[in-house]
Amino acid sequence: MRVDELRNMFPALAASVYGKPLVYFDNAATSQRPRSVVEMLETSIYGANANIHRAAHHLAAVATEEYESTRDAVRDFIHAASREEIIFTKGTTESINLVSASFGEAFVREGDEIIVGEAEHHSNIVPWQLLCGRKGAKLKVLPVDDAGHLQISALADLITSRTRLVAVTQISNVLGIVNPVKEIIAISHAKGCPVLVDGAQGIVHDVVDVQDLDCDFYAFSGHKLYAATGIGVLYGKRKWLEQMPPYQAGGEMIGTVKFSGTTFGPLPQKFEAGTQNINATPTLKPAIECAKLMRDPELAAEHKAVREYLYKALTSDPRIRLYGLPQRMEDKIALFSFSVEKAHHEDLALILDKMGVAVRSGQMCAEPLMGRFGVTGMLRASLAPYNTMQEAEFFIRSLRKAIEMLV
Amino acid sequence: MAETIEEKKQQIIDDFSMYDAWLDKYEYLIELGKNLEAYPEEKKTEDRLIKGCQSRVWLDYNVQDGKIFFAADSDAIITKGIISLLVGVYSGRAAGEIASDDFGFIDAIGLKENLSPTRANGLLSMINTIKALALKNC
Ligand SMILES: Cc1ncc(COP(=O)(O)O)c(C=O)c1O
Repeated sequence: MRVDELRNMFPALAASVYGKPLVYFDNAATSQRPRSVVEMLETSIYGANANIHRAAHHLAAVATEEYESTRDAVRDFIHAASREEIIFTKGTTESINLVSASFGEAFVREGDEIIVGEAEHHSNIVPWQLLCGRKGAKLKVLPVDDAGHLQISALADLITSRTRLVAVTQISNVLGIVNPVKEIIAISHAKGCPVLVDGAQGIVHDVVDVQDLDCDFYAFSGHKLYAATGIGVLYGKRKWLEQMPPYQAGGEMIGTVKFSGTTFGPLPQKFEAGTQNINATPTLKPAIECAKLMRDPELAAEHKAVREYLYKALTSDPRIRLYGLPQRMEDKIALFSFSVEKAHHEDLALILDKMGVAVRSGQMCAEPLMGRFGVTGMLRASLAPYNTMQEAEFFIRSLRKAIEMLV
Repeated sequence: MAETIEEKKQQIIDDFSMYDAWLDKYEYLIELGKNLEAYPEEKKTEDRLIKGCQSRVWLDYNVQDGKIFFAADSDAIITKGIISLLVGVYSGRAAGEIASDDFGFIDAIGLKENLSPTRANGLLSMINTIKALALKNC
């Protein structure tokens, strides 16, 4: 498949801003949606809108089927052992909060420890901080080196008999380097410690096999994977999910409810309290198909060429400091965060915007990492396979012009 | 004879109307930012920071004979250009005159619409801080 054919599936990419063609390089924040996702949303609203698992009528059966077949599609996509291990949430953030609240309630005590990476998104820091605050536990940090690699040689020593969980991102939304999570998991398991993987970025760029990784939890969002907003996934190993108490309560997550006490439903319903996002959840099905389509060899080759072009262009300009310098090129995704000497990231973003280029600027929800690199913010260009070489070249020209205006 | 506040505002509106494209207006703001009077490093303190801005903005002032003199800085140059407009119009004016001003020239040059929403909020914070200081010193 050619990139222009892929682009045709995403109407939003044809937009213009201020009379200039839109160059959308903020995919790590949220991707654009293909037609198939919008059509699925329409189908589920006009053709299958009823509350699931509850009613005897036909429409409810169709809606339940759309929703539950999405669970099967997700199970297949990440190769989970069973469908009961797939919990629908509203996104990565909620998935992590679920684990921190529920796993934390069951397993974390005063004096225990949780380990997070230094390059984590706030969503994989703050829930753990709150948990540690509630329990009197301690949050420990696995550092990254100057190039942006997690210092996994330090991990084995960091884990003690009091460490209850390691929570680490597969790919940082700032550094764009694929972390060796399989190795991290092996090290942690060898010390008896389970691992949660923040897959918000990872799911978009890698084939994920949760059984092969052997992770205990894997969290991701639909909206970065071309699906509608407001839906996400928590994968959890059955052995943990069964031991964890409900996160929220109400609706169909119960077994029996009596004023003398309530029993809870089986997995996965136990963790899906209240009416779920029944309209949007089925959009994960076409979104997954779309993500698979993007693995087409021709598209992948083009995407790799664009990535390498940008990497060269950004590292060869002495005014630019790129964060996340991979040891091996194949570990870098098409996500580039950088700062420019004497030019503020906000100014650059503002000028690029007027040229039609959408990039992210600021702390990118990773304030500790900004501190680590001694900056108040960065500029980030993050690409999807539907972005073209032409756009990348235009971005570099625009960036150079913006720098010249500012410096 | 110094310009009146109205003359100064009209001059800015005229300057901005010379440029059609916003990129050119940015260029103009960048020039203004670069030419803004140097702000002392030791006054870049927490209590002089204006809250609610994306980039850091420091505002310092002193009052002489009922007139308020402003000095300001930012680590972002376009923001500095905007500050330069505000300082240019309001610095050295009587507190009462600033407090009763409508800051309408900002709307007239279309600045708010051409900033990102967070920047526009930052601009509002700057205006509110200037107004509050003026009121306090009336
Ligand atoms: C690495 C990482 N973790 C977590 C999140 C949070 O995702 P969401 O806002 O969809 O819950 C993001 C998205 O910004 C991310 O990039």
